[in-house]
Amino acid sequence: MSIIEIFFWLLSGLAIFSAIMVLISKNPVHSVLWLIVVFFAISGHYILLNAQFLAIVNLIVYAGAIMVLFLFVIMLMNLNADADPQKNVWLKVIGIVTGGLLLTVLVSAVRSSNDLVNRSAELKTGSIGLIKSLGITLFNEYTVPFELSSILFLSAMVGAVVIGKKE
Amino acid sequence: MMQPGLYHILFISTALFFMGVYGFFTRRNLVTMLMSLELVLNSVNLNFIAFNKYVWPGKMDGLFFALFIIAIAAAEAAVAIAIIINLYRNHKSIDVNDAEDLKY
Repeated sequence: MSIIEIFFWLLSGLAIFSAIMVLISKNPVHSVLWLIVVFFAISGHYILLNAQFLAIVNLIVYAGAIMVLFLFVIMLMNLNADADPQKNVWLKVIGIVTGGLLLTVLVSAVRSSNDLVNRSAELKTGSIGLIKSLGITLFNEYTVPFELSSILFLSAMVGAVVIGKKE
Repeated sequence: MMQPGLYHILFISTALFFMGVYGFFTRRNLVTMLMSLELVLNSVNLNFIAFNKYVWPGKMDGLFFALFIIAIAAAEAAVAIAIIINLYRNHKSIDVNDAEDLKY
């Protein structure tokens, strides 16, 4: 059992456990902190899958920016107290049935495809996820989506300021 | 132990997606609902990168899909937080059951 397999199973268990803790912790601040642990585990998976640049981007954007924004809002609205649990049992049943059906369908679909099951792991080979190759492709083939995303960010910034300001 | 392959990564991302959907249905707090949504987006990112790695290892399209999903998630979080702050200013609460002005 190589060190990569140990890392893989460790990160998988950490991701699943922290996602469960996000759902069952009543305090929103604890939920945010467990969600940051989930993002760290997913970034470890990205590194194992040869997407090193995306792992760093995931850490900076999600764990660094978005989660700090969430924590800031939670502190601002004084939501530190434990939220009351969900009263409606039917909503919980609906959530379990919907998500469970999706899980079953996707897992059985993947299992029945021999082409996917027999793909062996080729971790830590290749340099496709490094900044150089990503940047060359981004500014050659993906120039238009890149520029469109800048317009999206500008409109999101203007929209956030307009919606959030006081009258 | 089994050799980790595409199947295991797909199972993990599907489980994360399931937990995100469950949290979106059962939480009544807008901030925690948004956090469940981020969980769903991250599981989709993991799927894109895993398929890119195992099925088309020479191409980078999956990586760029994941990159643009991260960018769109950042913009979406900013606008959603602005809406939540505005809702809190009007209702003194961000429970979705309290926001029923347009219901009747």
